[in-house]
Amino acid sequence: MATDWITFQDQYQWLLNAAAAGFCAGVSCSLVGVFVVTMHLSFLGVCIAHAAFAGALMGVWLRFDPLIGALIFSLAATAVIGPMSERGDLSPDTSIGIVFSLMLGLAFLFLGLAPGSRTEALGFFWGSILTVTGQDLLFLSITALLVAGLLLLFYKEVQAVVCHREVALSVGIPVTLVFYGMLFATGATIAVSLRSIGGLLIYSLVLNPAAAAFQLTYSLKRMLVLAAFFGVLSCWAGLAGSYLWDLPAGACIVLTSAIVFALATAFSPKKRVKKWEPPPATD
Amino acid sequence: MDKVSTAEDARVIQIEDGVVSYRANVALHGVSLQVREGEFLGIIGPNGAGKTTLLTVVNGLARLVRGHVRVLGVEPCRRGAHRLRTRVGYVAQVKSVDPRLPISVRETVMVGAYGRLGWFRRPGRRHWRQADEALEQVGVAHLAHRPLGQLSGGEFQRVAIARVLAQQPDVFLFDEPTASIDPQAQEDILELIQHIHRQNHATMLYVTHDLATLPKACERLVLMKHGRIWREGPADQMLDERLLKALYNGFEPPRQHAPTRGLRT
Repeated sequence: MATDWITFQDQYQWLLNAAAAGFCAGVSCSLVGVFVVTMHLSFLGVCIAHAAFAGALMGVWLRFDPLIGALIFSLAATAVIGPMSERGDLSPDTSIGIVFSLMLGLAFLFLGLAPGSRTEALGFFWGSILTVTGQDLLFLSITALLVAGLLLLFYKEVQAVVCHREVALSVGIPVTLVFYGMLFATGATIAVSLRSIGGLLIYSLVLNPAAAAFQLTYSLKRMLVLAAFFGVLSCWAGLAGSYLWDLPAGACIVLTSAIVFALATAFSPKKRVKKWEPPPATD
Repeated sequence: MDKVSTAEDARVIQIEDGVVSYRANVALHGVSLQVREGEFLGIIGPNGAGKTTLLTVVNGLARLVRGHVRVLGVEPCRRGAHRLRTRVGYVAQVKSVDPRLPISVRETVMVGAYGRLGWFRRPGRRHWRQADEALEQVGVAHLAHRPLGQLSGGEFQRVAIARVLAQQPDVFLFDEPTASIDPQAQEDILELIQHIHRQNHATMLYVTHDLATLPKACERLVLMKHGRIWREGPADQMLDERLLKALYNGFEPPRQHAPTRGLRT
């Protein structure tokens, strides 16, 4: 029995690693997605993903760990977007759009400057969950644990800020600190998941499971649990589809998450209209 | 000397020469105001007079570019202003809320207590009981489990008042709490606010542009115009028709429905 498991492990270690990476990325991306979706900051995920992408490409160009570059760039992007939208000089949409275009420009610049073959650089577009390394897994699991742990610890502050920021401010919650904390968690999650899921696909994993959960419940707690479940489901079902039909894993994961969202929208109780009944006849 | 210091101690709000500016627009021009503990102060004036800005100076949401403000002995614009806000309840004007927002009425009322609870404490049974009592007091206990985004204007304001009750503040700020809701709901809310004042002897600042919704409990009135305090005094003297007509630039002061009970005019 033990020998069978060891043989299985040897043969399918890559699949076990991919499943573990999918679990961690699914949980952390979907949890930060709840904040992004509820606060109507969907474009934020797109922007941070491109920042992480640009940072990773800088790493490839200057020959340092792309993960470090991705982390620095995504955290720097959130550090710029936060004050820009807070000060009210620009709408959050505009400030995110400006940072997005800057990051996209930098990404293509670094791609052009990167020496030799573009294979490693292009790998960051669609990710490589099937070749995830031990170091990647370690970072992914630490991020997932951190995001889930911080949410558990500061759930009441996050709930107040995510659902009604002005109210949270007026009752004495340090809103800026909580908001920046959530922005940084989003940046770190996307940066760490970049290598496995890919820069072009990561924001779908941030957005789709959380948007699906948003369709199904009026409770933030339930939304967080459902989003994490949908995130892991998308990753695992996507991996299974990729293995069975020999398709690119990242694309399968994202397409599964889109199907989950479509199903959640189709069966959303929030769309239900209460049936009209005639009032009881009176004398 | 003793008499002076006692009078100063009783002042929970002191604003001296306060100026607030939003980019090109100066919202408050050198406003000075003192409010005693337990006082019910009405603030009236036309739209754009600076009434809401004056309220937000008190809870530190608006920053003075000149002048000084002290609320409950603390400067609200300094670092750590959020600690002061836990003691200042603020009921804002009715706003549209996403009907799909994932928060229930009971949870949003509990948010009132979150600031007081601090970072690491979670609401216990006692806090939930207080939130339920606040909902009962404002007459919407039956809505406790309804999503916040699915309330009518009147229900939304009652829930906002319940949230402030759960907060248990020393100072209450009401910003047009009866605007855009029907007359029956308006009168119920006014009764409720006056009941809270009688019960808690709390300091209250009440902003309205509609004189028909000025509570009877209001002892002193501040008349605001163009970002300045135009007149200030006992409510009976300030509610002079000629004065009010001048305040509203020669137009009849707005009274949106005939008052019946608990109202000033």
